[in-house]
Amino acid sequence: MTVTSEVFIAVLLLIGAFLSLVAAFGLIRLPDVYTRNHAASKSATLGVMCILLATFFYFLAADGFFSSRLLLGIAFFFITAPVAGHLISRAAYNSGVKMWDQSVRDDLKDKAKKEAASKR
Amino acid sequence: MKTNDVIFQTVAKIVFFMIIFFAIHLFFAGHYYPGGGFVGGLLTSGAIVLLLLAFDMKTVRRGFPVDFKWLTALGLLFSVGTAAGSLIFNVPFFTHAYDYFQLPLFGKTSLHTAMLFDLGVYLVVIGVTMTIIQTIGESE
Repeated sequence: MTVTSEVFIAVLLLIGAFLSLVAAFGLIRLPDVYTRNHAASKSATLGVMCILLATFFYFLAADGFFSSRLLLGIAFFFITAPVAGHLISRAAYNSGVKMWDQSVRDDLKDKAKKEAASKR
Repeated sequence: MKTNDVIFQTVAKIVFFMIIFFAIHLFFAGHYYPGGGFVGGLLTSGAIVLLLLAFDMKTVRRGFPVDFKWLTALGLLFSVGTAAGSLIFNVPFFTHAYDYFQLPLFGKTSLHTAMLFDLGVYLVVIGVTMTIIQTIGESE
């Protein structure tokens, strides 16, 4: 393993860990479900992807082992994590979870009202 | 509000194939790497459960027109058949055999009768898991 690849892998790992930490802080400090979901689903996804990529490069550089499972895991996580976030926040909206009181815009509100009116 | 599952359903269709292929990989890799019939079967039924979540039970049943109880029986038959097959060659019950074969696409491959036993485990796990989940999902 060369020094360049070691530094590259270490930087990727640290970025991944830092982004996961940012996601955790966002979960604690942000005010409502939607902003928390925003923090968790974005930065945690990128953080985990960075860590998986670093693992992939580590085994490639150290053992010459091309781990296709890790690449598949990266692709899988990239596809599924945002969709999970989308489904969680939609379930929260549909079950009537209130937004933060300083939110300025709710585009879905009118549509929900209109559909309720047309159903009547 | 009208439910609109287009994002979930589209992603489920893609992810289903990723999980299925990974499950088949785990199943075939089981002899030399972590994995095998049990994990492969669980992952396969997990993929089918994902489709059950994204679509309704009727659609999934149309996609997989098998009675999963029969799948369990078939798997048990495979396992017992593999175990009893050794009796024909006058060796103890459950004696396995393997050899290396030159297959057209794969090259030198070792084929082992333990894989047939594993196939039985795979089918039983899929059958049992799907039977449990479908039975619970159907009851009112």
